[in-house]
Amino acid sequence: MISRIIALVIKEFLALLKDPKSRFVIIGPPVAQLIVFGYAATYDLTHVPYAIYNESPCAEARALAARFRGSTNFSEVARITRDGQIAPLIDNRKVLLVVHIGPRFGRDLQQRADARVQIILDGRDSNTALLAMGYVRKIVNDFNLKWATQHGLPRPFARLVVRSWFNPNLLSRWFIVPGIVGLLTLVVTMLVTALSVAREREQGTFDQLLVTPYRPWEILIAKAVPGFAIGMLEATLIILVAIFWFQVPLMGSLPALYTGLFLFLLSGIGVGLMISSLSVTQQQGLLGAFMFLVPAIILSGFATPILNMPPIVQKITLVNPMRYFMVIVRGVFLEGTPFHLLVSQFWPLAVIGIAALAVAAWLFRRRLY
Amino acid sequence: MAPAAAGDVCTDRVVSDRAVLTFRSIRRSFRSGKRCVEALKDISLRLLPGKVTGLIGPDGSGKTTLMRTAAGLLPPDSGQGRVLGMDIVRHAPAVQAAVGYMPQRFGLYEDLTVQENLDLYADLQGVPGKLRPERYRELMHMTGLEAFGRRPAGRLSGGMKQKLGLACTLVHPPPLLLLDEPTVGVDPVSRRELWQIVDRFVREEGTTVLLSTAYLDEAERCSEVILLYDGELLGQGPPAGFCDHLEGRTFVMRVPGMHPRDLQAKLAALPAVNDAVIHGDGVRLLLAPQMSAAADKLLPGVVAELQAVPPRFEDGFVALLNQRRRQANRPPVVLQPVSGARETGGKSDGHAIEVRDVQRRFGNFFAVKKVNFFVKTGEVFGLLGANGAGKTTTFRMLCGLLPPSAGKLYVAGVDVRRTAAAARAKIGYMSQKFSLYGSLSVAQNLQFFSSAYGLKGRRRSERIAWAFQEFELAPVADAVSATLPLGYKQRLALACALMHQPDILFLDEPTSGVDPLARREFWQRINLLAARQVTVMVTTHFMEEAEYCDRLAIMVAGEILALGTPSAVKRRARSDGCRKPTMEDAFIHVIQSREMRPGI
Amino acid sequence: MTAGGRQTDSTRLPDAVRVLMRLRGLIRKEFLQALRDPSSLGIAFVLPVVLLLIFGYGVSLDAEQVPVALVIEKATPEAAGFCGAFAHSRYFKPVYLHGMHAALQALATHRIQAIVHLRQDFSRKLHAFNSAAIQLVVNGVDANTARIIEGYVEGVYGNWLQSHAADRGLALKIPVRIEQRIWFNSNMRSRNFLVPGLVAVIMTLIGALLTALLMAREWERGTMEALMVTPVSVHEILVGKIVPYFILGMGGMALSVIMAVWQFDVPLRGSAWVLFLATALFLLTALGMGLLISTAARNQFVAGQVAIITTFLPAFILSGFIFDIGSIPPAIRAMTYLIPARYFVAILQTVFLAGDVWPVILPNCLALAVMGGIFIGTTRLKTHKRLD
Repeated sequence: MISRIIALVIKEFLALLKDPKSRFVIIGPPVAQLIVFGYAATYDLTHVPYAIYNESPCAEARALAARFRGSTNFSEVARITRDGQIAPLIDNRKVLLVVHIGPRFGRDLQQRADARVQIILDGRDSNTALLAMGYVRKIVNDFNLKWATQHGLPRPFARLVVRSWFNPNLLSRWFIVPGIVGLLTLVVTMLVTALSVAREREQGTFDQLLVTPYRPWEILIAKAVPGFAIGMLEATLIILVAIFWFQVPLMGSLPALYTGLFLFLLSGIGVGLMISSLSVTQQQGLLGAFMFLVPAIILSGFATPILNMPPIVQKITLVNPMRYFMVIVRGVFLEGTPFHLLVSQFWPLAVIGIAALAVAAWLFRRRLY
Repeated sequence: MAPAAAGDVCTDRVVSDRAVLTFRSIRRSFRSGKRCVEALKDISLRLLPGKVTGLIGPDGSGKTTLMRTAAGLLPPDSGQGRVLGMDIVRHAPAVQAAVGYMPQRFGLYEDLTVQENLDLYADLQGVPGKLRPERYRELMHMTGLEAFGRRPAGRLSGGMKQKLGLACTLVHPPPLLLLDEPTVGVDPVSRRELWQIVDRFVREEGTTVLLSTAYLDEAERCSEVILLYDGELLGQGPPAGFCDHLEGRTFVMRVPGMHPRDLQAKLAALPAVNDAVIHGDGVRLLLAPQMSAAADKLLPGVVAELQAVPPRFEDGFVALLNQRRRQANRPPVVLQPVSGARETGGKSDGHAIEVRDVQRRFGNFFAVKKVNFFVKTGEVFGLLGANGAGKTTTFRMLCGLLPPSAGKLYVAGVDVRRTAAAARAKIGYMSQKFSLYGSLSVAQNLQFFSSAYGLKGRRRSERIAWAFQEFELAPVADAVSATLPLGYKQRLALACALMHQPDILFLDEPTSGVDPLARREFWQRINLLAARQVTVMVTTHFMEEAEYCDRLAIMVAGEILALGTPSAVKRRARSDGCRKPTMEDAFIHVIQSREMRPGI
Repeated sequence: MTAGGRQTDSTRLPDAVRVLMRLRGLIRKEFLQALRDPSSLGIAFVLPVVLLLIFGYGVSLDAEQVPVALVIEKATPEAAGFCGAFAHSRYFKPVYLHGMHAALQALATHRIQAIVHLRQDFSRKLHAFNSAAIQLVVNGVDANTARIIEGYVEGVYGNWLQSHAADRGLALKIPVRIEQRIWFNSNMRSRNFLVPGLVAVIMTLIGALLTALLMAREWERGTMEALMVTPVSVHEILVGKIVPYFILGMGGMALSVIMAVWQFDVPLRGSAWVLFLATALFLLTALGMGLLISTAARNQFVAGQVAIITTFLPAFILSGFIFDIGSIPPAIRAMTYLIPARYFVAILQTVFLAGDVWPVILPNCLALAVMGGIFIGTTRLKTHKRLD
């Protein structure tokens, strides 16, 4: 019986890999997407375009302006001389922000040590605006510190010391690239499994298979194995690229990562086979896979945190396998989370996987005809 | 390139040059994978106006390519073609606008109703609004679709779809009508009706028709026939011209007490016999040239009834193909006949298949209504019926692919509903489309199916070796199955189905589209299997194939309306008007007598 | 009656009438099909609503109620005063934990996202003007959220500093203070910029998917072959395809805009006609892209796959709707110019939040027009009334 299943598995692999179209779908897009998205998907800002509007002739104002010019986060695209020039620049998205140093800046600073600098921000993209504001604050704080020591101001009675754990420089690439491991692994597994039954149905070979003495569960296992193997290989490849190309540190243990990957693939394959059993044509399988993938990606915490979602939506994410894998892969990569702390992520994945496979088996048996 | 001008051009030219369509040395090839397939090899032909010309040939012989070339859809690689006086390359749009063309799976919009489909084509063809009501009435009456105007085209039967397709093409009567396999998969009654519509247009409108078909018996309905084989033109002329020279060489032989299958096996092995096919309770023979005198001495010591019959178009085709084979130095395939007489009746009380009160419902629709029959061990049993008559549903239930809604099914003594897997180990199945894993090579397919049926070790390698030898697959062992010619695919499919030496073989339209020689070879194999007590259940569209069965059932609308030996079924259709009914007559008789039955 | 007789009856119609008649037939057919086939109506109307709901609620960068641990080594009134500020902020959901060990444990298990740590000597140093350290530890894995939390804490800290100084009657000396003025989106609701972007992503998907599948369906079912052997011209076939789905797409867009304004409270500051015009251009581009994909693929399955690969993820990641285009490395940034959604995102964010800013709208519209022209033009060139 084992040899029969092995024969079926071999056939599945051959059918999948000998067809240039499906071979391309498995290899081409994931690699291209990894590279493109690895670079493109970032919240770190570089070269934020800004304009300086300096009405104060004093040296301090020039020093502050120089700090902006010296920062790699900003790039100065215009100098303006009157109020009327601000609106067009921001409206037309030529600049994200305008640094306005008023005419009284030097006097206020010298006399009262209490000057103002106005930052006018384009809030259309509020996230970028918020981040840019953070950079501005840092520049101004540094300026203040230096000025205070130079002018012998009393030390402040308190100070805020910020330390960021696991990602000291707050590189968002470290956050996104491990996420891509989950994203692309899921996409590939879904494409491999969700279409496998439909393809046979369309080519008419499914009937041929069903009149052989195979039992439904044997066929199901044979359909699951290639998805599993390809998912594992693909994930390993992406993990290697993440470590060696994108230089994301791997702090935790590989067994923990691969346990998570195993369970994640299990649930992904379960859902894929569920879609597969339900769809008669490859097109239905494709749309089904798509209908699962889009919400699974959006509601996984891949790009935006789950905690920001309304409570009801947060509840919905509990059935999303990708949500748990995101925690696992980022935990293992960046936080070095030990195995025992990940158990709380492992068991929901296992439950989802087993439930999905059970439903897939049930559907498969019912929809054989 | 205004279509109006095209119309004018064609009417002028038809008068001056009698040929509606002229092809001169047309060649066309396609790439399929690494192979380059020559679909049309140096085709030259002329079509005369006001005639029905049949384009006949097996699948893959280039019929569709020729049709598309004539419609201006495919430019040839070389050669010259003129349609209605216009060049098919330079004036392709004008050709397209002028001819009427019905592609193979006619492009009906299935979610549009019958009327909406007609409206669309009337709009596209620019039929003025005031002419439409009359035109529609005429077409709907002719096609018998009056009652179905509001029905979506997708919910029509196969025959009605084809008739609607034809009506759409005729909404603006074209001077040249190109019909690509309009009768494929259509029941004999609808087929007759389609032919009547075509004939009527030819008669009343003077339309020229080029109609392709894989059914050889349709050749006799055409005034001219173009025979296409493997991209080559084997001949053009009136159908009688293909077989007239065989006059006196065709006979039907009957030997009382001998099964026609055994008789056929004996006769086919003789060098004096060019062709032998089962025909009812006898065997139809085509003798080698100059052998007709020896016709009654073919089987020494056997008392045979011999009857001379007129040659058919198919005889002419087979003779031509055999001649080609000889020229190519390929010996005609002769399979080893089985020694010893067939045990008839010995084991016949054993029923390989039993069907009792089986029903199958899809929603409110009964696809199969309380069907009862049995198949004896070692019998060849045919299931006939049009598309949608319930034969495929019945077939799928027997293979365990579909559970019946009610009733009992026993296959090889096993209740299919209970132990489907156990029953499946004893059956072989070969489907309509020769469904194999197209991306796998021939050897990989054989290896997979041998393992799938649980063969191991020596037995497995023996069976694979057997398949390579028996089905002559060794030369193509590493070829990707999808790129094989149809005949090879069919043999590979049969090899896979026979891997585990099943007791029962299910064949779903096993010969659709293959050429007559391949079909004969196939049936020879089936006969050998039957002689080894393998039960064979077969569905078919080909009426002459029904003759090869021991018994057959005709299904109409989910019911079995006739069941018995081919001769018995034909006998029922005998009437004063039709003394020697063919299988097709019998089929039509069955359907019409049902329609006349009160209460339906 | 002869064939010729019939022929002259119909050829009497002038050419223009025949063209219009053919277009009428094609467009009516397309509408009837769309109405009968629930899947295309689903793609046009149900999909945008569902996607907009999932995305609209699922994609948010506004961190609120951030779970933060407060670790106070010695309970003093000053420490309590500082921590009280967290309790009242809508941005934080503070928990008090004993000792850094427990807090770091909680950070590792993701029960909290940040720790505010006040040492034993906090009050003492505070009174001694010895710059009492307030330590903030954030989980930096999600760098974006970490930065946002940092900003929030800085805000709380700044306010506390001021009020504490006032309580003690001291003048707080900060040499340069930032006065921030945020235009267009003063509450910094991320939804205000995400929802218009989402509309663009969704419309790309719908426009391309709809036509990619429908054109390929004609090829697959053989109806295209039948259509070709009629007097219909390629232009008429293309127009017959574009017009109905353009109207469906506009309907989907209208639905999306209504949802954005009423369901997600996004302000619409620009004028409706600009929105309409830009959408029209964009839809033509998206439909052209779909047509091109399906003309090249001629197979529903491949067309669907290509449409999904080339629309969803690139529109999601490379259009600038969530990740800032300016920060992408130049080589990859160049690729974003090939993505129609990029231009539409820019137009929509401006029209919704800023108004009719022509210098933004015009160049982007121009880019869309060029791309649409290329897509439709290439489709026209690649579509022949031939089968090879």
